[in-house]
Amino acid sequence: MKETKVIELEEVAIRFSGDSGDGMQLTGTLFSDATALLGNDISTFPDYPSEIRAPQGTVGGVSGFQVQFGHKQINTPGDYAHVLVAMNPAAVKANARFMMRGGTIIYDSDSFNEKNLAKANFKTDDPFGELGLEDYPKIAVPITSLTQEGLKEFGLDNKSILRSKNMFALGLVCWMFNRPLEFVDEFIRSKFKKKPVVVESNIKVLHDGYNYGMNMQHMTPTYLVHPAEIENGTYRNVNGNQATAWGLLAAAERAGLELFLGSYPITPATDILSALSERKDLGVKTFQAEDEIAGIASAIGAAFAGDLAVTTTSGPGLALKSEAIGLAVMAELPLVIVNVQRGGPSTGLPTKTEQSDLLQALYGRNGESPVVVLSASTPSDCFYYAYMASKIALERMVPVILLTDGFLGNGSEPWKIPSVAELPSITPRLAKDAEAFQPYKRDEKTLAREWAFPGMKGFEHRIGGLEKNVTGTVSHDPENHQVNTEIREEKVQRVVELVPDLEVCGDEEGDVLVVGWGGTYGHLISTVRQLRLEGKDVSLAHFNYIKPLPKNTEEVFSRFKKIIVCELNMGQFAGYLRDKMPGFNYFQANKVKGLPFTVSELKESINKLLED
Amino acid sequence: MTDLKYTIKDFKSENEIRWCAGCGDFAIINAVQRAMAGLGIPREKFAVISGIGCSSRFPYYMSTYGFHTIHGRATAVASGVKAANPELSVWVMTGDGDSMAIGGNHFIHLIRRNFDMNVVVFNNRIYGLTKGQYSPTSERGFVSKTSPFGTVEDPFVPGQLVIGARGTFFGRSIDGNLKLSQSVLEGAAAHKGTSVVEVLQNCVIFNNGIHAAITDPNHRADRQLILEHGKPMLFGEENDKGLIFDKGKLKVVKIGENGVKESDILVHDACEEDPTLHLALINMKLPDFPVAFGVIRSVSAPVYDVEMEAQIEEVQQTCKIKNVDQLLRSGNTWEVTGNENGKGSDPKCQ
Repeated sequence: MKETKVIELEEVAIRFSGDSGDGMQLTGTLFSDATALLGNDISTFPDYPSEIRAPQGTVGGVSGFQVQFGHKQINTPGDYAHVLVAMNPAAVKANARFMMRGGTIIYDSDSFNEKNLAKANFKTDDPFGELGLEDYPKIAVPITSLTQEGLKEFGLDNKSILRSKNMFALGLVCWMFNRPLEFVDEFIRSKFKKKPVVVESNIKVLHDGYNYGMNMQHMTPTYLVHPAEIENGTYRNVNGNQATAWGLLAAAERAGLELFLGSYPITPATDILSALSERKDLGVKTFQAEDEIAGIASAIGAAFAGDLAVTTTSGPGLALKSEAIGLAVMAELPLVIVNVQRGGPSTGLPTKTEQSDLLQALYGRNGESPVVVLSASTPSDCFYYAYMASKIALERMVPVILLTDGFLGNGSEPWKIPSVAELPSITPRLAKDAEAFQPYKRDEKTLAREWAFPGMKGFEHRIGGLEKNVTGTVSHDPENHQVNTEIREEKVQRVVELVPDLEVCGDEEGDVLVVGWGGTYGHLISTVRQLRLEGKDVSLAHFNYIKPLPKNTEEVFSRFKKIIVCELNMGQFAGYLRDKMPGFNYFQANKVKGLPFTVSELKESINKLLED
Repeated sequence: MTDLKYTIKDFKSENEIRWCAGCGDFAIINAVQRAMAGLGIPREKFAVISGIGCSSRFPYYMSTYGFHTIHGRATAVASGVKAANPELSVWVMTGDGDSMAIGGNHFIHLIRRNFDMNVVVFNNRIYGLTKGQYSPTSERGFVSKTSPFGTVEDPFVPGQLVIGARGTFFGRSIDGNLKLSQSVLEGAAAHKGTSVVEVLQNCVIFNNGIHAAITDPNHRADRQLILEHGKPMLFGEENDKGLIFDKGKLKVVKIGENGVKESDILVHDACEEDPTLHLALINMKLPDFPVAFGVIRSVSAPVYDVEMEAQIEEVQQTCKIKNVDQLLRSGNTWEVTGNENGKGSDPKCQ
C-alpha cells in the first residue's frame, strides 16, 4: 500500500457544492460543527441561489457552502477553496472561479454524463478542460452508484437513496480532514429519531464514504490542520441571524421587559423571525405581519404599550418601513430596526451580500428624521450590537437601525458564550412621577423623554406623528418646530457618550489607514494582518457606530497620511465621512458583485495606494 | 372594577375640538365617551389608536392613552398594542379612506386574526381632510374634485369586507342616532374578537347630505331597519313591514298583505355562524330595502391575543430553557481549557 501523503496546513477552505436539492448546506454545516468541536477556529459562508428549485442540474440551481478552518484565528471563509466537492458538472462550472490554483476537486463521476454536461452548458465532454482546470488534482468518485450499492439491502426507493448522496461526500471529506464521525452520527440520530430507517441508511452511507477514503488513500493527500489557540471558555457555533435574535433576547431580559418582534419574511433576514418564534419559552411575542409596514407598525404599537419592540427586514423592506420609522422618530419611542442587507436596488440579489443600504438607513425618510445607526462586524458580534441597539433605544427613547448583511447573517463562527450578567446594564426611561409627567419633557443630559404606557395610572397622554409641544399638544408654531427638529438631532448626537472610542488595529499612526464598517471586518483585518507581516505600514480602523460616529474619529484620521475606505457599495460611507469629517482625502475600494471582498483584491488596492 | 363611577366628562381631554361645526364626528365621540364611561374599565386601560384623516384626530380629544399614527396603519399599530398588553381595551378610530384604501390590507388581516379590539369606521364616503376627493366607498359615478366626470369604479361595502375577511362582529350605526351608536359600541366592547362598527357619518363641508335619504325624518322609519338579536326584523311607520327569506333572497313584506303574519317575519340571529343572512342584511340598500342598523353579526371564534398568551403559557409549563444564559448554553457547546493566549470572543485588533 502506498503511503498517504499528509499535508500540514495553517488553514484550509473547503467548498461543498451541488444542486440546491442535494443537501449541500446541511453537509457544510455538519462538517463545520464537527470541525469547531475539534477546536479549530472556523468561518463559514453559504452561497445559495435565490430560487429554491431552479431547474435541476443547471448552473442557476447550484448551492454552495464554504468553510475555512485553521489553527490560528480565522476571520473569513477564505477567498478561494483548497478543496471543491462537486456533485454535478454545473457545480464545477459555478465554482471554478472560487478555486485556489491547484486545489483539489472531488466530484461525483456518475453525474458527469452527457445529459448533465448539456444541462450545465458544456460544449464538449471535457468540462475541466473547458474551465482551464486540467492541471488541478481531481478525485473522481462514483458517489451515486456507491450510495446505491451501500443501500441496496435497505429496501428504499431510488429517490430516497439518492437523497443520502451528500452523506457519502461528507464521510469522504471527514476522512480527508481527520474529522471523527461521532458528532455527525449523533446529529443524524437525533434529527431523524422518529425514522429509524433514515438514521440507519444515512449513517451507513456516511461511514461508507469515510471508509472509501481510507481504502483509496493512495489517490489523495490528507490534510492536517491543528486545533487553534483560542481563549479558555465555553464555545458554540453561531451565525449572525441567530446571534442577532439572541442579543435582542438578552437585552429584553436585562431590561426586565417583554420582547415583541413584528416582522414579515424576507431573505436573508427571515431566520431572525424564525429564531425568535422558537422562543415562546422565554415569553417572546412574534407577530408575522401581513406586510413590511404592518411589521414595523405593530412593533411601534408594542413600543407604545411598553415592550422592547423590534422589526427585522432586508433592504426593500426597509424602504417600505420608511414612513413608520419617521413616526417612531416623531413619537420618540424606543424601537430597534434590524436590516440584514442584500444586493439592491429593487429585488436585486436577494441571497447575496452588499452594504448598499447605509445611506437609506441614515437618510431614507421624509423630513429631518435622525436615527441612531449601528453595524455589526462579525457573525457573533451581531449579538453584542443587537444588545447595544436595544440599550440605546430604551435608554434614549429613539429608533435605532442595526445594519448587518447576508454574509454575517448566514455566516457562522465559534463564539465564546458570554453570561447575561456581564453585559452592560439597561435602564429603560420609565416615567415615575405622574404629577410631573409631560410626554415631551426631557432629561437635561440625554434629551430623552420619559416612557409611560397604557395601564400606568395617572400618566394618560396622547402622542402621534404631528409636531407637538412639551405637553403633547399639536403645535404648528414655527419656532417650536425649529427647536424640536434640532432637539431630535441633538438627542441622537448625545448617544456618543455610549459609543466607545474608535480603535486602531496596527500602529497608532502611519502611511495608510484602512477604514471599513460592518460585515467586511473579517476580510479587512486579514488583509491588514497579511500586509503588516509583509512589512507594510498599514493599520485598520473599523466602525460599528455610524451615527453618531465615535468622538475620536477625526483625531484618529489625522494621524495617517492616506485613508482608504473599503466597502461593498459605490462609496456610501466614504461620502458620509466627506460630509461629517471633511478635510481628509478619502481613497476608496468598492465592490458590488454580491460577494464579500477577497483578501487578495484588497491587498492589491492597498498596495497600489502605498506605491502611488 | 364595577365600582368605577365615570361620567362622559372623565373621557374628555382639555384639547379644543377642531372638527367643522356641524360635523358628524361630534356625535360619534359623544357616543364613544358615553359607552366607555359605562364599561367599568379603568381609564388608564383604554388605548385609542387612529390613522390619518378627520376622524383620526379623535385621540387628541380623549383623556385616555391615545396614539395618532400614520395613514392606514392604525389597525396594525393597534395589533402591536394589544399583543404587547392584552389587558388593554383597544379602540381604533378610522375613516373609509384610512381603513379601506391605504389601510385595506391591515384592515382585512386584523379581522382575519380576530384580535380583541374595536374598530370604528367613520364612513362619510369622501376624503374630507384633503378637501373632497372620492373615496373607496363613493358610489359609481360620484362627482368630486378628482372625478369631475364621475367615477368609473364601484365602491366597497364595509360589511362585505368584514364578512369576506371572516369577521366575527359587524355593527352599523349613524352619527345622528346617539342612542343606537352607544348601544352598538357597547355591543362591540362586550364582544371578544375584532368588532367593526361602521358609523354613517355626514361631512358637512364636502359631502353634506350623503346619507340624507336614510336619515330623512319623514321617511326614516321606512328606510331604517334597526336589528336586535332575537327580535323580528320589523320596520316602518306602523312597524308593520318586515323581511322574509324567499327563494334564497330577502324580501320586504307587509303584515296583513297576501296573508303575511308576524310569525312569518325573520327573527334576527346575530350569533348565527353562517354569514349568509348577515351578508344579505349588510347588502340591503334603498330604494328596494331599508338599510340595516344595529349589531348585524356577533359570533364567537378564537381570539388572537388570547391564543398567543395561551401558547406561551403552554410552552413555558414544560420548557427546559428558563432564561437567556440557559439558551446560549443549549445545543452543541464545547470547552476550551489550557490556552493562555489566543483570541477572545471579540477579536478586534490583534
